[in-house]
Amino acid sequence: MIDVFISHYNYWIVILLMMAGFYTVINHGNLIKKIAGLNIFQTSVFLLYISIGYVDNGTTPIVAEGFTRYANPLPHVLILTAIVVGVSTTALGLALVVRIKEAYGTIEEDEIQEQDMIP
Amino acid sequence: MIDTMIDIALMAFLAICAIAIIKTHNLFVIIMLFGIFSLHSAALFVVMDAADVAFTEAAVGTGISTVLMLTTLALTKKHREKKPVHRARLPLLVVLITGSALVYGTYDMPSFGDPCSPAQQHIKPRYIENSVAETGAPNVVTAVLASYRGYDTLGEVTVIFTAGIGVMLLIGGRFNGRNNKENR
Repeated sequence: MIDVFISHYNYWIVILLMMAGFYTVINHGNLIKKIAGLNIFQTSVFLLYISIGYVDNGTTPIVAEGFTRYANPLPHVLILTAIVVGVSTTALGLALVVRIKEAYGTIEEDEIQEQDMIP
Repeated sequence: MIDTMIDIALMAFLAICAIAIIKTHNLFVIIMLFGIFSLHSAALFVVMDAADVAFTEAAVGTGISTVLMLTTLALTKKHREKKPVHRARLPLLVVLITGSALVYGTYDMPSFGDPCSPAQQHIKPRYIENSVAETGAPNVVTAVLASYRGYDTLGEVTVIFTAGIGVMLLIGGRFNGRNNKENR
C-alpha cells in the first residue's frame, strides 16, 4: 500500500495540479486568473515529464568520473524548450488581456459577453 | 529516502498553492502565490536531478512570468476578481471525471524512479555514452539542446520572435501614440 503510494504519488499530485489549473480556466471569469490557471496546468505537465525522467540514486546528466547512473536528459531538453515557449504564450495572452481591457473596459468574461450581445 | 521525503513535502506545497490560487479572489495575491508555486516547482526540479530545467524555471517561469502578470495588473488597474454568480456544478463534474480517468491511467505507469522503466532503457544510454565524444560537452542536456536538436532550439527562437511581434502589434504602438497626443 505504502509502496504504491510512493511510486505513484508524483503522478497523482501532477493530476491534481492539472485539474486545479483546468478548473480555474473553465470556471473563473477573470482573464488574468484564467492565465494563472493555464500556467499551473503547464507546470504540471513539466513536472510529469521530469518525474518520468527521474531515476532512483541517479544524478544530474553531467558526465563525470565516478557516476554511472544519470537521469534521462531528453525530458529535460523538451521541458527547457517548453518553459520558454510557455512564457512567450503567456506574454501574448497577457497582451491580449491588456488590449481587451482597453476595448471593453473590463477583464471579466461575462461583462465582455454582455457588451457583445448589444447590437 | 531523504529525496523522497523532500519530494513528497514539496509536491504537497505545490498542491496547497494551487488550491489557494483557486480560492483567492484578490488578483495581486493570486500572482504572488503563482510566484511561490513556480519557485517550489524549481526546487522540485533540483530534487529530481534536472538542474538545467530548475535554472530556467527559476529565471523564466518565476521571474519573467510574475513580472509580466504584475505589469498586466498595473495596466488593467483592477485588483479584485468578481465572484462567480453561478454554482460551479458542471465545471466541477467535468474536472472530477477527467481527473479520475487520469488517475486510473496512472496504474499502468512505471513506478517513480524505476531504473527499468522504458524511458530509462531506450535512446538515453546512446546519448550518455556518446555525447562527450561527439560534441565535447560534458553536460548531456546542453549537448542535446545545442547540437543534436539544434533545429528545435532554432524553432524555439522563432516562436519567441513571433510572440514578441504579436505583443508589439497588440499593445506596442499604443503608448507611444498616447504620449504623442499629450505632447501636441
